[in-house]
Amino acid sequence: MEKVSLRDAYGETLVELGKEDDRIVVFDADLSGSTKTAKFAKAFPERFFNMGIAETDMMNVAAGMATTGKIPFVSTFAIFGTGRAWEAVRQTICYPNLSVKIVCTHGGITVGEDGASHQALEDVANMRNIPNMRVIVPADDVETRQVIRKIAYTEGPFYVRLTREKFPRIFDENYKFEIGKGHVLREGEDVTVISNGVMTSFALYAADILEREGISIEVIHMPTVKPIDTELIVKSASKTGAVVTAEEHSIIGGLGSAVAEVLVENYPVPMERLGTPDVFGRSGKGWELLHYFKLDEKGIVEKVKKVLERKER
Amino acid sequence: MITFEPSFFTERNRDIDDVTLRAIAREVRKDILKMTSEVQSGHPGGAMSATDIIVTLYYYKMRHNPENPKWEKRDRFVLSKGHVCPALYSVLARTGYFPLEKLHEFRKIDGSLQGHPDMKKTPGIEISTGSLGHGIGAAVGMAMGLKLDKSDSKVYCMIGDGEAQEGSVWEASMAASHYNLDNLVVILDNNNLQIDGPVDEVMSIYPAMEKWKAFGWHVIEINGHDFKEIREALDEADRVRYKPTMIVAKTVKGKGVSFMENRAEWHGKALPPELLKEALKELGELV
Ligand SMILES: Cc1ncc(C[n+]2csc(CCOP(=O)(O)OP(=O)(O)O)c2C)c(N)n1
Ligand SMILES: [Mg+2]
Repeated sequence: MEKVSLRDAYGETLVELGKEDDRIVVFDADLSGSTKTAKFAKAFPERFFNMGIAETDMMNVAAGMATTGKIPFVSTFAIFGTGRAWEAVRQTICYPNLSVKIVCTHGGITVGEDGASHQALEDVANMRNIPNMRVIVPADDVETRQVIRKIAYTEGPFYVRLTREKFPRIFDENYKFEIGKGHVLREGEDVTVISNGVMTSFALYAADILEREGISIEVIHMPTVKPIDTELIVKSASKTGAVVTAEEHSIIGGLGSAVAEVLVENYPVPMERLGTPDVFGRSGKGWELLHYFKLDEKGIVEKVKKVLERKER
Repeated sequence: MITFEPSFFTERNRDIDDVTLRAIAREVRKDILKMTSEVQSGHPGGAMSATDIIVTLYYYKMRHNPENPKWEKRDRFVLSKGHVCPALYSVLARTGYFPLEKLHEFRKIDGSLQGHPDMKKTPGIEISTGSLGHGIGAAVGMAMGLKLDKSDSKVYCMIGDGEAQEGSVWEASMAASHYNLDNLVVILDNNNLQIDGPVDEVMSIYPAMEKWKAFGWHVIEINGHDFKEIREALDEADRVRYKPTMIVAKTVKGKGVSFMENRAEWHGKALPPELLKEALKELGELV
């Protein structure tokens, strides 16, 4: 599968939006080359604001600008946008339910060599727990483009998690992203695997491997972690009777937690979560770290076998 | 290689001349370039602007003990601009905290030298940093704790000029002055470059000296590549009472390699092999 850059897709889509609509404004905190907002800065310098290394202030300023009818996109690395600036996001953006679109790159362990301080393994959790906030974790460039367009014209705050590393492209132009909807990429009978981000490509790979062993996997891509697609989760769980979640994030508070909340209240079945355990990351190459934390097809296969054992017990 | 016994470092204000400091700094700059090039990752530019100051702190000024990194009487150094840790790792290795060969572990998956300083993995690191704007606050806390203990140990901290845009830097600056921390010395690595360009174009922090003066600090401006000036400023800070000291060090990002100097592009990019050779040659290595 061809590997594609989600952040380049973001930067390019921003430029398209900027051409179509002069309400689009963009903020960055000294990382515009990495987040790719530099593309917008070059095309529309008067609508681009570099706030310096001051992420908290950037959130407050974007919120203020949203009250004047602009549509602010705010970018930095995921850990600074959702961690450093968390309470500004809560107080000034989410509490008044303002249309600020926080799109961060460098989410997850694939940040790589920069190490633990820069690897956001808790960003989805950080954003999911704030009222009014909606959280989206795209898998590839095709999906990223659609997500960015969609949230630009949907009222209220959003958090979109992108990555430094390139990921395999899994969608073609027929794909249609909808906020709050999961997508069944492959139907199956024995276990449901629910994933997002890079883990969806591993889920498809794992499903192939397991098929050869006679195990039938239903793969659901779940880009919107909040609001989560309760209906689809319950429907699939009632068919397969076992669920595995897979995400490039801590097992605490992300997709796995969101799915567990749905199942426990609606249709409890055996479930296993794949993500980083409750530890900090470390330096290393992005793909090397994915395998180090078993965030790959092997990790998914292992979890599927474990959940099957529990299901059959 | 210029080496000293660990006991050399346990008294302050050591007898070491500028020629020796300069020679050590040249070795450190070579280490920085090799470490980052080996993994094609890391931040050479800001490490080279910080080198002369960090070398002066560890070889001339600070009281420390490479054999006993947690020595109770040690002075502390906090690298708030943690991304330039290759400079610090090199100095820690060269003063004897760990073997020089360890520098090859930088940024590698099983290594002890993380991409940003990790006090749990690397001896001699006083606090974990990497997210900008936090280290200076931790330095304030160390200085307050040492005062509570009636210790005469001092705390040195280096911040970046881009880093100074973080509000938390100013919150810490307010606290340092409020608590009369004359045992705290902060050095601003004023290379006037951050990632997206010159500091005064991205988000100006100027006039920097007047800001810290207004926050109640004793402020000294120096050339951050002149060992005499660095030494004198550090000595002047010893004589200041009831106030923290801010040393505004005018520096050059990428200092020491002509084609890297004052260029923002070498902030977070390692030299490719051909350029590494050229750079090492400039730094006097026979290649
Ligand atoms: C809170 C935070 N925001 C953003 C970054 C990413 N970042 C790393 S270095 C850097 C620029 C730092 O500039 P400066 O402080 O001037 O450092 P120097 O020029 O000395 O390298 C940025 C934005 C970070 N590490 N922490
Ligand atoms: Mg700088």
